[in-house]
Amino acid sequence: MLRMITRVTDDTARPRLSPKVRLRFDRRTGRSLLLYPERGLELNETATEIAHRCTGESTVADMVQHLAQIYADVSPGDITREVDDFLTALADRGLLRNMP
Amino acid sequence: MSNKHRPYTLIAELTYRCPLRCFYCSNPLDFASRGAEIDTDTWLRVFQEAEALGVVQLSLTGGEPLLRDDLELLIGQASKLELYTNLITSGIPLTFERLARFRALGLNSVQVSIQSTRSAESDRIAGAPSFNRKLEAMQWVKALELPLTMNIVLHRDNIDEIHAVIALAERVSADRLELANAQYLGWALANRAALLPTREQLDQARTITADAKVRLRGKMEVLFVTPDYYSEYPKSCMDGWGRRFIVVNPEGLALPCHLAQTLPGLHFDNVKHRRLADIWHHSTGFNHFRGDGWLPDPCRTCDRRTIDFGGCRCQAFHMTGNAVATDPACSLSPDHGHVESARSQATRLAGVPVLFEYRTGRGFARA
Repeated sequence: MLRMITRVTDDTARPRLSPKVRLRFDRRTGRSLLLYPERGLELNETATEIAHRCTGESTVADMVQHLAQIYADVSPGDITREVDDFLTALADRGLLRNMP
Repeated sequence: MSNKHRPYTLIAELTYRCPLRCFYCSNPLDFASRGAEIDTDTWLRVFQEAEALGVVQLSLTGGEPLLRDDLELLIGQASKLELYTNLITSGIPLTFERLARFRALGLNSVQVSIQSTRSAESDRIAGAPSFNRKLEAMQWVKALELPLTMNIVLHRDNIDEIHAVIALAERVSADRLELANAQYLGWALANRAALLPTREQLDQARTITADAKVRLRGKMEVLFVTPDYYSEYPKSCMDGWGRRFIVVNPEGLALPCHLAQTLPGLHFDNVKHRRLADIWHHSTGFNHFRGDGWLPDPCRTCDRRTIDFGGCRCQAFHMTGNAVATDPACSLSPDHGHVESARSQATRLAGVPVLFEYRTGRGFARA
């Protein structure tokens, strides 16, 4: 099937969180927080899995594969889309390095 | 525990002392007559209590926080508590060695303000020679690989330089650029006629910034803070009263915003005498404008009441004499005429020199 939407992220890219970002656990909510100057994002489970893999080692394809193992009931298309959306959101905020 | 009223950010105003005298300073007009600064141990305890309440972001600001010689201890404590710590500074007085120490202790990011891209003009607005040292400080921040925010407070004398401001931010490799129009409170309200730009100036700056945002996306975060005198609706000041922010001022008052103590009839507690959690949850000051029970007309029935919470209480009071009024910045406010007349004045005074008063009082030299 033809892809209707151009992917923003490249499967072979190895995203890494920018040095201004701190990823930490929030003991009040049990969630992960991604903190950067004067802002913060509270991450859901999927986003947390992705963010922890933004070390410059995992490729985008690795991330999708990892999530597919955890969420066997979610379609690969949905997982790919979720990874793309989250990485794009981070890149737009200047929170990622190594993105094409 | 519910996150409805959870403070995420502590703004620690460590001192009102400053080597600069900017005439839009956001410190209160009577800062020089306020009480003595709280000591190191009190700040260390306040950080701990703030973290226990849910705070994850810490802004070290002032005045000029570098004038506190215990800054190293405070940064060390913040780092131990895993707070994301941002130093908000003029860059003076600073050495490379001290900044390197801050980094080693766990400082997360640095914001340096400039007043103009032209050295003499920046020094004139700051009321002190400072521009070249600020440039140097920004270079040190980058050399130490710390995230850099370059900040400039915009007003009628510098808003036309916006191209040059963006170019300078690129040249110093800022990670973030904050183009913050002056908020007309404190010294900026006293000097408003010398500061408020015209609508044409503002529109032009906004257009240039919008282009830069697109061009720099992913490389530099560009923020443009609109002056609420030119927006239809007010800002959600501090994300709402007592919802997300705690300010602790140099003498130890815990406040919902940095000028809340200028509102008459409200009582605010000092961290020297009461635990932060108790102040946050139970003090009359923090509870005064929480929720929407206090809202005046037309806010009471307005769809935007959950977005802007009626706007800024300080702006309402300092413009109308009534802290419970709708923020006059709102086009629906019965007092909006105050804002309209300030805008007309800005148009009339365009190109005309206007006298202003530098922030005065306890400064660097007499500290």
